[in-house]
Amino acid sequence: MSKDIIEMANINKIYKMGGSELRALDDVNLNIKSGEFVAIVGPSGAGKSTLMNIIGCLDVATNGEYILGGVNTNCNDDKLAEIRNKKIGFIFQNYNLLSKLNVIENVELPLIYLGEDSKSTRDKALKALTRVGLDSHGKHKPNELSGGQKQRVAIARALVTSPEIILADEPTGALDSKTGREVLEMLQDLNDEGNTIVLITHDNDIAAEAKRIITVRDGRIVSDKPNFKNSNESYIATAAN
Amino acid sequence: MKLNRLLTMSLSSVYNNKVRSFLTMLGIIIGISSVIVLVGMGEGTKQKVASQIEQLGTNLITVNLTGSRSTSVTNKDIDNLKTKPGIAGIAPALTAGSINIKGGDVTATTNMTATTPNYSQIRKVDVSSGRFLSQNDIDNRYKVAIVGVDVANELYKTTDVIGSTINVNGVDFSIIGILQQQGGGSSSGSNDDTIILPISTAQRLLKNTNIKTFYVEATDKDSMDTAMGYLQLFLNKKFNNDTKSYRLFNQTSLLDTANQTNDSMTTLLSGVAAISLIVGGIGIMNIMLVSVIERTKEIGIRKAIGAKRKTILSQFLIEATFISGFGGILGVLFGYLGSYIMKTAFKTPVVISNNVVLGSFLFSLAIGIVFGMYPANKASKLNPIEALRFE
Repeated sequence: MSKDIIEMANINKIYKMGGSELRALDDVNLNIKSGEFVAIVGPSGAGKSTLMNIIGCLDVATNGEYILGGVNTNCNDDKLAEIRNKKIGFIFQNYNLLSKLNVIENVELPLIYLGEDSKSTRDKALKALTRVGLDSHGKHKPNELSGGQKQRVAIARALVTSPEIILADEPTGALDSKTGREVLEMLQDLNDEGNTIVLITHDNDIAAEAKRIITVRDGRIVSDKPNFKNSNESYIATAAN
Repeated sequence: MKLNRLLTMSLSSVYNNKVRSFLTMLGIIIGISSVIVLVGMGEGTKQKVASQIEQLGTNLITVNLTGSRSTSVTNKDIDNLKTKPGIAGIAPALTAGSINIKGGDVTATTNMTATTPNYSQIRKVDVSSGRFLSQNDIDNRYKVAIVGVDVANELYKTTDVIGSTINVNGVDFSIIGILQQQGGGSSSGSNDDTIILPISTAQRLLKNTNIKTFYVEATDKDSMDTAMGYLQLFLNKKFNNDTKSYRLFNQTSLLDTANQTNDSMTTLLSGVAAISLIVGGIGIMNIMLVSVIERTKEIGIRKAIGAKRKTILSQFLIEATFISGFGGILGVLFGYLGSYIMKTAFKTPVVISNNVVLGSFLFSLAIGIVFGMYPANKASKLNPIEALRFE
């Protein structure tokens, strides 16, 4: 029985503009278990970015409870930074690699912030790069790589601290369909190996790659269904009970 | 995060923007090198003057009469004073600034001192060849002169001029001695650009018997007070207690005056240099602020993958301090270079103390910390979500 990685209860995100209120997220309840591959889909402005920011501990909900990997995220900035560092691996649409550092320095950065020594960070970074097939590109700078390669470096960076979840925000948005396909296949493989993946997209076709699809509209979860084409056997089993 | 990793990270950032970093540290380089050279010049001059004054001997009292022509003493007054207890000898001196001289077919101007034979001993000047003045010269108003090396070279292109003629204000004098080379000088000219004549001869030549300066040698160190006392008594009596009409200098007061002038000069110049350091610091703050804005996205990424507020703050603060500190080191090196140039090309004495060097370097570090704090703080407070959206 796999454990809960993400436990969200009654999450609200309210922005006060002048006199009025904007509810970006309205009473969201969400549970994601370890090993799942979940897509969060919806049109722009639906609130999926807001939801992603809260899942990723980049932002804090106005009220409600969010427990990540057994740890309550209601804490100070420093603790949130630690959580992001250790428990979350980010993948962004435009890669967000540091252009002044080379590939291996980019990948080991989360480990440096973790406080590990240089032998350990180098080894782990190399291992992650090998996993994505870019171990020979360690000394290259990001601007010497193609879009697909850059995204794979970002994936390696996301993996390097062995996080609880990998959070991918439109990971194929800047790639052509062939390269995008390769990236999605890599995410599938990572999920098969046991990583928990949360994928945010506005594209239903891409969402269809995941095993569970959560649809967000107007700040609410309007649908949360297993994807019968791709779903986990065990999830169907528990849902059926 | 480990300290040496933080240092490496900050250093790489500075190194990756070499040109910008260098331009930013220019202010600090100029400020620090100026401080070192100026303070060094002040110290060098101070030490040189001190050693010069010390060379004059601890028994020397200089009396200057200020005021109009009538405030002067006569030869008779001098003879009278010589008899007072505590006083070993007095050499009166008539000085003039721009005296016209001619030798061979060269005309020039020089400084003149007209005095008595004991001037040599009291003021510790001596000839390197020939002889100094004798009592005979004084008694007979002989037209003889002792010249400095620069005068000899200017008129005759050689220092082998004993026996040659030097025309002073229209009158021919015979050169009887060459002064030992002094080197150095002051705003009034080199110490070797001077001639010495017998006082009696000069008094008649310039039609001026008013003595406004004389040098007194006390019998020994302990008689200084006695000698000063008698001098003051005499001067007060002669000038009706008008203490403004004369000035008594002994070695200590000479040193003090010289130091005072020197110190105010050094303080003024150092103040200017300090201002340039502050301006340099503002420059650093400016560039760091621009840098923070330019690197907004980078800061967002670092925060997203786990950098804490204080990590970002430390990174930018260390970058600013690297720039100012390295600027300080370069400033020190240029300070040494500038001092070397001053010493060799401009013959100005420069003494650099280790304290000044260390203090300047530490000050440059402090500037980095103080002026880097505001931009570093701003960087650390950036909201990661907004920062990531920044293009």
